[in-house]
Amino acid sequence: MLEVRGLRKVYTSRDRTVEALRDITFSVAAGELVCLVGPSGCGKTTLLKCLAGLLGPTGGEVSVEGRPVSGPPPGMAVVFQVYGRSLFPWMTVAQNVELPLRHKGRGRAERRRLVTAALADVGLSHTPDAYPWQLSGGMQQRVAIARALAYEPHVMLMDEPFAAVDAQTRADLEDLIRTLWDRTGVTTLFVTHDIDEAVYLGERVVVLSSSPTVVQDDLPVDLPRERDQLDTRALPRFTELRSRVYGEIRSAQRAASRADGA
Amino acid sequence: MSLGGRLRRAAELVALPAVLLAAWWVTSDGSESFYFPPLREVVGVLPETWFAGGADARIVSDVLPSLARLLTGYGLAAVVGVGAGLLIGSSPTLRALVEPVLEVFRAVPPPATVPLLVAVAGIDDRMKVLVIVFGCLWPILLNTVEGVRAVDPVLADTCRSYGIRGPGRVRSLVLRSASPQIMTGLRQALSVGIILMVISEMFAASNGIGFTVVQFQRTFAVPQMWTGIIVLGLLGVTLAWVFRAVETRVLRWYEGIRSAHRSGG
Repeated sequence: MLEVRGLRKVYTSRDRTVEALRDITFSVAAGELVCLVGPSGCGKTTLLKCLAGLLGPTGGEVSVEGRPVSGPPPGMAVVFQVYGRSLFPWMTVAQNVELPLRHKGRGRAERRRLVTAALADVGLSHTPDAYPWQLSGGMQQRVAIARALAYEPHVMLMDEPFAAVDAQTRADLEDLIRTLWDRTGVTTLFVTHDIDEAVYLGERVVVLSSSPTVVQDDLPVDLPRERDQLDTRALPRFTELRSRVYGEIRSAQRAASRADGA
Repeated sequence: MSLGGRLRRAAELVALPAVLLAAWWVTSDGSESFYFPPLREVVGVLPETWFAGGADARIVSDVLPSLARLLTGYGLAAVVGVGAGLLIGSSPTLRALVEPVLEVFRAVPPPATVPLLVAVAGIDDRMKVLVIVFGCLWPILLNTVEGVRAVDPVLADTCRSYGIRGPGRVRSLVLRSASPQIMTGLRQALSVGIILMVISEMFAASNGIGFTVVQFQRTFAVPQMWTGIIVLGLLGVTLAWVFRAVETRVLRWYEGIRSAHRSGG
């Protein structure tokens, strides 16, 4: 479904070059929910932009549904980290969700059906006529998720979508993502810097190293499919997985600082 | 807003103008000066000067032509300014090429172009409309360029990833996002346009408010000349009100964001 082979990204400016991504290879099968976790500053957003076709890689290849990515793939929806800036402030909630559908050429009746269903899915049926800036951060991110859902994507990319909301809202939104994925089965790649979040949400966790970034580990999450904020997080297996990912990231950081010192 | 609040707001709006008018009325009342007649006299001749004569009244024969030229010039400047601003703002190369030239054009006081335009376009309505276009264009154009440049990169990425491009992108993203700056440019251009409307009519014209004021001055009809100035003032205020009403509608979202930020939301 989503294939990344030997992806490399080097930023070149006049006086220096920065190797953000060195060699990234992983894949996501159709219907999977994969979390991509890495330390802050490891180039997660760069990687996501390359996957979304918003940024051209320096080397390697990304393909979605068998086609190499050279621009934004048609079957993909992206939920950005900064929800406050990815919603159109001059449009109501419903208009925001509807906009991509207009450009996709959907008829009026179908647009209305999709918008209503998507808003119901994220629990925002009561605020279609509000403007984004009248809503809390968590609700704004729900609107962005509804917009992605209504688009009926084959792949959904999420770039640290809950980094800026409070803990309770974050837990609610995590459960929302699990529920939606369970029901729609849409292939989802969820990028986060939060190890607990990655293990709790994912069916698989891809661990990234520090910059210049490589894939450090790729481990399946063998937790019960039904996740619960209290019970799942209390499982011994959750703690084991969490510790393993944490260890990986720490050793990657150590290796990076040794390489810097040498 | 409550009824009391509305009344209070209305009172605040008219308080100072009322005081000033009263002061003018009282201080000018016994005036013997030829050039500063009593306001009582000015107001007295205002109706017959502008409204008498049915279809030949000056409100029809002078105010309407002035207004038509102003709106034509202003409208043309808005279309050209916003259109060119969209193009220039979206292309860094084009911007680098034309920006120095634009700065020079903007620095030229538009009235200085009137003699040139009279020579080129004659003394008819075309000349007057061109003068207004030339003055109104720059604030609209330069503000639009700024607004287009300031489109949020996250919103731009959002559009790209959902395949929103071409005219749809301009309509849904660029124009709306630049609308606060575009409205600023349009507001500046409106006052420039009124000034140029009057000045162009003072040069060479057979009708218009500016023409009328000059005619009265030349024939020493001083109270009537004063009514012309008052009519111009009222016209300016009315246009500013209309503009404000449109702006409030167009920028409702923008004001909403600003007040949401102010209240810490």
